[in-house]
Amino acid sequence: MSQIDTVEVAAKTPDDEQPWAELGLESDEYARIRDILGRRPTTAELAMYSVMWSEHCSYKSSKVHLRQFGDLPRSEALLVGIGENAGVVDVGDGYAVTFKVESHNHPSYVEPYQGAATGVGGIVRDILTMGARPVAVMDSLRFGRADAPDTARVLPGVVAGVGGYGNCLGLPNIGGELLFDECYAGNPLVNALCVGVMRHEDVRLARAEGVGNKVVLFGARTGGDGIGGVSVLASETFDEHGPAKRPSVQVGDPFTEKLLIEACLEIFAADLVTGIQDLGGAGLSCATSELASAGTGGMHVDLDRVPLRDSTLTPAEILMSESQERMCAIVEPAKVADFLAVCEKWDVLATVIGEVTDGDRLTVDWHGQRIVDVPPRTVAHEGPVYERPLRRPADLDDLRADDPAALPRPETPEELTAHWLAVLASPDGADKTWVTEQYDRYVRGNTVLAQPDDAGVVRIDEDTHRGIALALDGNARFARLDPYAGAQLNLAEAYRNVAVSGARPLAVTNCLNFGSPEEPEVMWQFAEAVRGLADACRDLGLPVTGGNVSLYNQTGDVAINPTPVIGVLGVHDDVRTRVPTGWRAEGETVLLLGETRPEFGGSAWASVVHGHLGGRPPAVDLAAERALGELLGALGREGLVGSAHDLADGGLAQALAESALRYGTGATLRVGDDPFTALFSESGARAVVTTTDPEAVRTTAEWAGVAVTELGTTGGDVLAVEGVGELPLDGLRAAWTATLPALFGTPEATVGTVPAGAVPSS
Amino acid sequence: MRIGVITFPGSLDDVDAARAVRLAGGEPVSLWHASHDLAGVDAVVLPGGFSYGDYLRAGAIAARAPLMRDVVDRARQGMPVLGICNGFQVLCEAGLLPGALTRNSHLHFRNRDQRLRIERADTAWTSAYAEAQEIVVPVKNGEGRYVASPAELERLEGEGRVAVRYVGGNPNGSLGDVAGVTSEDGRVVGLMPHPEHAVEDLTGPSTDGLGFFTSVLKAAVSA
Repeated sequence: MSQIDTVEVAAKTPDDEQPWAELGLESDEYARIRDILGRRPTTAELAMYSVMWSEHCSYKSSKVHLRQFGDLPRSEALLVGIGENAGVVDVGDGYAVTFKVESHNHPSYVEPYQGAATGVGGIVRDILTMGARPVAVMDSLRFGRADAPDTARVLPGVVAGVGGYGNCLGLPNIGGELLFDECYAGNPLVNALCVGVMRHEDVRLARAEGVGNKVVLFGARTGGDGIGGVSVLASETFDEHGPAKRPSVQVGDPFTEKLLIEACLEIFAADLVTGIQDLGGAGLSCATSELASAGTGGMHVDLDRVPLRDSTLTPAEILMSESQERMCAIVEPAKVADFLAVCEKWDVLATVIGEVTDGDRLTVDWHGQRIVDVPPRTVAHEGPVYERPLRRPADLDDLRADDPAALPRPETPEELTAHWLAVLASPDGADKTWVTEQYDRYVRGNTVLAQPDDAGVVRIDEDTHRGIALALDGNARFARLDPYAGAQLNLAEAYRNVAVSGARPLAVTNCLNFGSPEEPEVMWQFAEAVRGLADACRDLGLPVTGGNVSLYNQTGDVAINPTPVIGVLGVHDDVRTRVPTGWRAEGETVLLLGETRPEFGGSAWASVVHGHLGGRPPAVDLAAERALGELLGALGREGLVGSAHDLADGGLAQALAESALRYGTGATLRVGDDPFTALFSESGARAVVTTTDPEAVRTTAEWAGVAVTELGTTGGDVLAVEGVGELPLDGLRAAWTATLPALFGTPEATVGTVPAGAVPSS
Repeated sequence: MRIGVITFPGSLDDVDAARAVRLAGGEPVSLWHASHDLAGVDAVVLPGGFSYGDYLRAGAIAARAPLMRDVVDRARQGMPVLGICNGFQVLCEAGLLPGALTRNSHLHFRNRDQRLRIERADTAWTSAYAEAQEIVVPVKNGEGRYVASPAELERLEGEGRVAVRYVGGNPNGSLGDVAGVTSEDGRVVGLMPHPEHAVEDLTGPSTDGLGFFTSVLKAAVSA
């Protein structure tokens, strides 16, 4: 072994060349590290700073903008806010819910299965770290053109990875999104959400307190996988000629994570920890520095004690490794034996690797020699902060001037029907069963609604029937045309999706996927989206509980469309009153809630039929969204509607078809004199409901100030729309369900005949 | 009536199985794989999940758990045992049921609401149904393709050992559309579909699965 680069050696060799640039640091950042330490960093220290000061961990480009979320008015529902692993919300009856969405975009492009799998694993550990039992996951996915050869490589692997990990953990997948656009060709997005439930008193925080308390590393052994994942992979753009980055992707072991979950919950229940942190991006560097930084500051670690999968790893590699399924706990000495016993019961490896110390230094020894001696706050919380330059995209005016009003519109019934089928059968509009049947939606037995319903609904108490609803939405076409409005429209859509289930929206999380922050035009999009989201949250009275930023989603100088994916959490006081999206009963009156304007900018119709993206996105009317949300909540609670479906991509055309196909119930409808606008406009603040008591719905809508338009009556096996035509459900279903299997392979003859969600007759 | 539900490392549907027992009117008793304590239960359910991650053959390691020795001994004396999904795989690996479960023919994990026909309404776990009754319960697996040698399959069919069969589409390529089989004495049943996920209107595609759990309450009394 070569000589160890100790603190002592570093002090004596100030001029040694160091590979700061290869580790992803800027020259001024390296200079600042030397300033902080008063000497050059050791190899191990440089490794720690490089991963913790990466864009992914430090939020150095986004921080100045994200402050707006923290400045929102204090919400009574918020128990733990931004800054912890995930925010915690009071959902009533002493229950607290924590939820968060996180990206794993870059790893999923390099190695789709493991990238997506470990994305799920990472967000689940974040939720577990808060003290909660994870109860469900969701996934929001974006790929390049559906028929592009590389999509056929990436998509099946990502879907199998999300499913493989989540299924093996025993977490139901209750919903998400799957969308395609050329802009994601080299930069697919894999955003995973996890939600967990606990009692108020069970909330845990990531801090190291109490001098003499032990630092325990538990879970998987540390290997050479994922070294530099956050810095050289997630914080740089892809480059055609760059080196293979596969070694920077982690490898998942969901079985170990399942054991880790059960062991942690038993440890929490027995009150055996004072602080806990998971090891995700930046591994041990992150966990130790964040725990120490958030606590009293002092911690010592003997790195030799870390159990290894590969004995040849260097100390710097051990500190940077992103091996999965590891956690770090702070345990009082008297409780260590009990802690280790619980781990042993669950076959989880646990090792005391250090202790909380007096003072404010994080020190790490290797073979008895000091290789790290740093103030932990400078590693974890006082990294660089950049006010990046912003510039409105040069093409934005032209893009907005390219009004879709000029596009040829369908006029004859034949044209209207053809466009309707085109939107419905497009990869974005098509049935997603090919994906969702690879996910377990039943495990734990509390899934009340799951995809393809608008929101996922999970029961959290079997006696009181209290539950939660969740939706994830991120329309990037709107955000490309206007990132401020686009972020607001995405929030509004997720808010509506939660509201149509009958839930009361309560809190917001987000995953902000953008290109390189070093491009002023991208940074402008980011700043606008954050400002839009913060303003809309203020208007809707919702707190932002946390979130995740993924930058550098860019290959060469081509960035993805700005993609702010917004998650909304809602509460059901009684999940038995949940409202499904599908039409089940014949003879119900179909009502459209809200107002339709001719708005086609960024619409699915313009995109699918004309390959067009231009103009203005639909107008944002948050007062109308709020009124509609309150109305839907009231209708759900009073049991006045049999179904409710939000209108979004593809407008009324998409919503009607989905509602009809869900259980195979058609309808006879009139949509007015301008069927094109009625069917394909994507005006916000709208939903379709069905009811046996239209008068009561009208009265309630009047009280809420929401316009009601009667469309017709459910029944039969066709969608008959006056002036458009009669669409047999069989034909609609054939078109809707054929798309994804045709693209990604039909699992041959064993495909059965029970349609997804069919009502069983027993 | 005390019905044990065994938790192995990686069991996932143990809470669901316990709920189903409770809703059927039984008393669920949680059992731990590493002990030799059957806690005086009258019957045992081996739940679904991914015991030991299915990293070896599904169910192979769990079949060698300490408690499984006690389960096998008691099953041979007539104690009713139900294996669901991973539990079915464990029962095959433990030699209590014939055949094996292999990777789905289409290679995907598949979760769907599946129509089944009850072929045997006289086992400890299916007596609440009528013979040839069709039910809908969820199926969800990646390694659910039932296989046996042609001769063995013929023997099983001849002896009426196929307890449950897929109808309206075979979700995983199982030979003979076999969804579940029974022991010769009708006390041990294993199936890939998940009756414990179809016990409440609120959360399941139906309540058709409850019959498995009400059946055993009767069977255990008469044992």
